[in-house]
Amino acid sequence: MNRFYVVVAVVAVVLAGAVFALLKTGGGAPAAAAGPPPKVVDDGFRGYTLGSGDAPVEITEYLDFECPVCATFATIQMPTIKEQLINTGKVRWRYRDFPLPIHQYSRFSAHAAQCAGAQGKFFEMHDQLFYHHQWAQTGKDPSRLFRDLAKAAGVELAAYDACMESGRYAARIEFSRQEGDQVLVDGTPTFFANGKKLNFRRLPTSDDFKALADSLRR
Amino acid sequence: MRYRQATALLALVGLFVALYLWLHALGFGGPIKCGTGECETVQTSPWAVLLGLPVAFYGVVGYCALLVVSLVALRPAALPERKWNVVLVGLASVGVLFTVYLTYLELFVIHAICRWCVGSAIIITAIWIVSLLSLRSPATRIDPGASPPPPDRRA
Repeated sequence: MNRFYVVVAVVAVVLAGAVFALLKTGGGAPAAAAGPPPKVVDDGFRGYTLGSGDAPVEITEYLDFECPVCATFATIQMPTIKEQLINTGKVRWRYRDFPLPIHQYSRFSAHAAQCAGAQGKFFEMHDQLFYHHQWAQTGKDPSRLFRDLAKAAGVELAAYDACMESGRYAARIEFSRQEGDQVLVDGTPTFFANGKKLNFRRLPTSDDFKALADSLRR
Repeated sequence: MRYRQATALLALVGLFVALYLWLHALGFGGPIKCGTGECETVQTSPWAVLLGLPVAFYGVVGYCALLVVSLVALRPAALPERKWNVVLVGLASVGVLFTVYLTYLELFVIHAICRWCVGSAIIITAIWIVSLLSLRSPATRIDPGASPPPPDRRA
């Protein structure tokens, strides 16, 4: 019997060491991505929007550029939503940042999108980040790749570099994240329709939003 | 007794699997160690949170309960008591049902498989089978007749 408790203790110590090693080796983010959360400043910005301001339905999406589910949604569902709902004036889409703490480059990628947005290229950079999402799987520093993506998005690189180096929009991104916390965003992507949280039991499709837009217009 | 020992060891392993996923969900460490990107897909999906808490937290609580109960059931005084086997089957059954639900979400809703979740599913299934087997086994007897006779005070 005593020998059994010795085995339990040894197994517990080995497993605790393994968990510690897994967590420790999982780090290593560059300073830009791994630093403490920046101070929060409300600069009045409430996210980039797509679609008519007169649209009867506004969908707010809290997203994380490193999140694979967000990438799937952006690349599979969003083209149809744009074509059938946004371009037809039925829906306006608002993007808010919700960088998850478990991701290494979430804030970094959100910042790249904001720096592109400063030059009027947010949506182009959004697409570049999601359509070339393999960067999120490698764990490598994506600084150079993001620069290439920004160039492909039509961003002027000197201003982009200055924006990234100064961390100009770090406080804005943190404000968005904290706003998400307040409205109980618990994962990404999370959607709100005219301010009301949508609870889907699976990743929603364009058909779900079409049905939603139809029901809210009545 | 062997079944309870096996349950305790399996619960210990499951506890550390759930603990890793929980600590990861809390932001400790970097990207999850998975081999493919599918663990991230599962762990960052809206279904990775239940009632405001990471799903892995429920795993930590469940495995803790199984570990504590199996260790309590291994006390010499508790060995003959078959009620502990029933308690372990009950706890393991709840765990298996929860795992079936989570596996359904992975396969048919999220469309991604997390290897750590598969590992946990195998562990809880093994615990469930072992606990069921313990119900069929004869209870451990502590036979007073097998104990050495008390010393004869008259001698």
